[in-house]
Amino acid sequence: MSKPIHRRDFLRRGGALLAASTLPLSLVEVAFGKASPNNFTFAYISDSHITHIRGSQFVRNWDRGLIRAVAETNLLDPKPDFVFYGGDIAQLGKPEEIDHGLEILSGLHARTYYVMGEHDYYLDLGEHWRYRLGPEYYSFDHKGVHFIVLNSILTWADWMNARWDDPMQRMRGMARLDNPEGQPFMVGERQRAWLEQDLAKLSRDTPIVVFSHSPLQKIYRGWNFWTEDAEQVQALLAPFDKVNVLYGHVHQIQYNQIGTIAFTSAMATAWPWPYPSTYKQAASYLPKLTVEMNRADPFFERDATGWQFVDMDTGRVDLHYQLPNNKNRVVAFDHEAGHPIDTEYQLAEQRTPAQIHY
Amino acid sequence: MTRSMTCSAGPWLAALLVLGYGAPLAAGQAPLGLPPVPIPADNPQTPAKIRLGELLFNDQRFSADGKVSCATCHSPDLAFTDGLPVSEGFRGQTGTRNAPTVINSAYMQTLFWDGREPDLESQSMQPPINPVEGGLADHQPILDVIRATPSYRGAFADAFGIDPDEITMEHVAKAIASFERTLVAGNSAFDRYLYGGETDAMTPSQIRGLEVFRGKGRCVSCHVIEQDQALFTDNRFHNIGVGFKRIRGAEEQTAAAWIEAKRAGADTDETVLTQANVSELGRFAVSEDMTEVGAFKTPTLRNIAATAPYMHDGSLATLGDVIEFYDNGGRVEADDPLSDFLSGGIRPLGLTEQEEDDLINFLHALTSPDYADETQTRAAAAPATTASTD
Repeated sequence: MSKPIHRRDFLRRGGALLAASTLPLSLVEVAFGKASPNNFTFAYISDSHITHIRGSQFVRNWDRGLIRAVAETNLLDPKPDFVFYGGDIAQLGKPEEIDHGLEILSGLHARTYYVMGEHDYYLDLGEHWRYRLGPEYYSFDHKGVHFIVLNSILTWADWMNARWDDPMQRMRGMARLDNPEGQPFMVGERQRAWLEQDLAKLSRDTPIVVFSHSPLQKIYRGWNFWTEDAEQVQALLAPFDKVNVLYGHVHQIQYNQIGTIAFTSAMATAWPWPYPSTYKQAASYLPKLTVEMNRADPFFERDATGWQFVDMDTGRVDLHYQLPNNKNRVVAFDHEAGHPIDTEYQLAEQRTPAQIHY
Repeated sequence: MTRSMTCSAGPWLAALLVLGYGAPLAAGQAPLGLPPVPIPADNPQTPAKIRLGELLFNDQRFSADGKVSCATCHSPDLAFTDGLPVSEGFRGQTGTRNAPTVINSAYMQTLFWDGREPDLESQSMQPPINPVEGGLADHQPILDVIRATPSYRGAFADAFGIDPDEITMEHVAKAIASFERTLVAGNSAFDRYLYGGETDAMTPSQIRGLEVFRGKGRCVSCHVIEQDQALFTDNRFHNIGVGFKRIRGAEEQTAAAWIEAKRAGADTDETVLTQANVSELGRFAVSEDMTEVGAFKTPTLRNIAATAPYMHDGSLATLGDVIEFYDNGGRVEADDPLSDFLSGGIRPLGLTEQEEDDLINFLHALTSPDYADETQTRAAAAPATTASTD
């Protein structure tokens, strides 16, 4: 049976592992280490893969996923300070897809920030996305937290700018999983130099949230669950006490801790990916902390998809995954353990056994 | 919350099932096509308790105008429904929801369309004190009537071994639940075909309808058929698009207003039956889970031909209307808007007229022998469907 995940209820219930969420304000200030920060939440929607068929026709299933996430996000109470969109609005980078996705997203009743996904980028190298949404990397401050947005899905300039007969070939090449000629994602030198400058003005106790589309860690290269220069980006972030990296792209729940950097992924509104280790049987570096999701019921098109809201009450991100046809999950930072944990399923004996009979 | 259940039918079940609502069964057996009835450990079935429960179920005095009993909305003559879109309580007041049949409610994991009560015992406590149902201010008048009625004093003594002044609503609820647990019905043409090995129990059209039900129609994913029994429900909650028009565009305000009212102490049972907009929040009104807006419990389909009209708000008159609704992907007309919160299981089906007819005929094969007469009554009263016999 589903549990109430209404935020007020959640705050009221507290619970040992989530005690951080109910800290009195004075302690929250200590957690932030900043003058009068306020608790706040933001919503986080990602990977809608809106797909154009012809004329005004789009693939129904992906439309419905985004429509539902927008409608549910608008129910959040208290209202989120803003919404973050984690990339891949489109499937093949077509202006029709980006425009249609943004039209659905315009139903959100909060300001929305965006990060570039490879499906938004590789048809026109981000031209239409930038025309609609502005710069592809930027930063802003909100209630004592420094937010950074990176375009992590770039690749070798030679490949991107090669003479393509048809830019759609480039798009399809990048969209293909296990492409033997696939190119790795990267942030690149120019953004890393900008990032270094952007960070230079911050004190080390400033909580930082970095948004990227691909994981800023290396998990499985065949599906670009990977950023080629992840170590260099991590090195720039490492000096700060509280760094949180939020990424999309993987269409599944993942979380990890490297030094002071906590990594957490977003669910997709479109479809779930399997975990590489279960599907490819190939070597992957899925973080040991991650409790994998159970398999989706294919009847319910929304099963194993979802969206999430994030509370920043402790200067760390606590993700509340909203999972239609499934049990909602909360991955929160455990301050004693020093890394994110699934508040309900982290211990092996508390997990739901995988279904073996079909 | 979860009660401990014993899943064996127990020595009493055999006696219980001959009360006039089920075919006689040997001890430990369930009707063909059904699992053993789950019996809570703290409310074992006894003949005295069941007899008492039936009396209470039919007693109209447990209401503000002395005219509303459980049977008013769950009439034995109408397959334990009332045949109305939404039920009528005392002084003809109407609520927001369609009365589901009590038949086979013994198998439900939650009660009411939104699952707001966990078992039959807690369910029956609500209607007498709902302002549009029984209309009583509290349960005291029920206990007063019972204690003042000599036959009840003896019946409670027989069932529970207690004196009149020891009778509580818990005893009343347990007796009613025990009676309701005898209202199990399987042994339909479908059961005889699938579980009884009678290959000619269903017509060729019904057999084709079963294939549509399991295949292209996608019905079976929620209305479950198992290998050795079929409850025709997954006991879960889904937004299939019914009734959302009432709050379309106002979901956010409706949800926020309800949460605020609930925090201030508003009663869920009363509010969902008296406020049409809050009713349409469905399971969300109970769980406050944002993924359950407009989601309602999957009802069983057993005896469905005898329990029109359909859906949580009784908005669809015939089985043909229901199939049309699903075929359109969760809407009455193919160009109606869809709910933003629509379940991912609902999508346009593209059924042919033949497939729709076969499906309707198959649904008629789910009627248990005891309720075949009710089916005839409904067929005469309801507008013509596209159903045809084969």
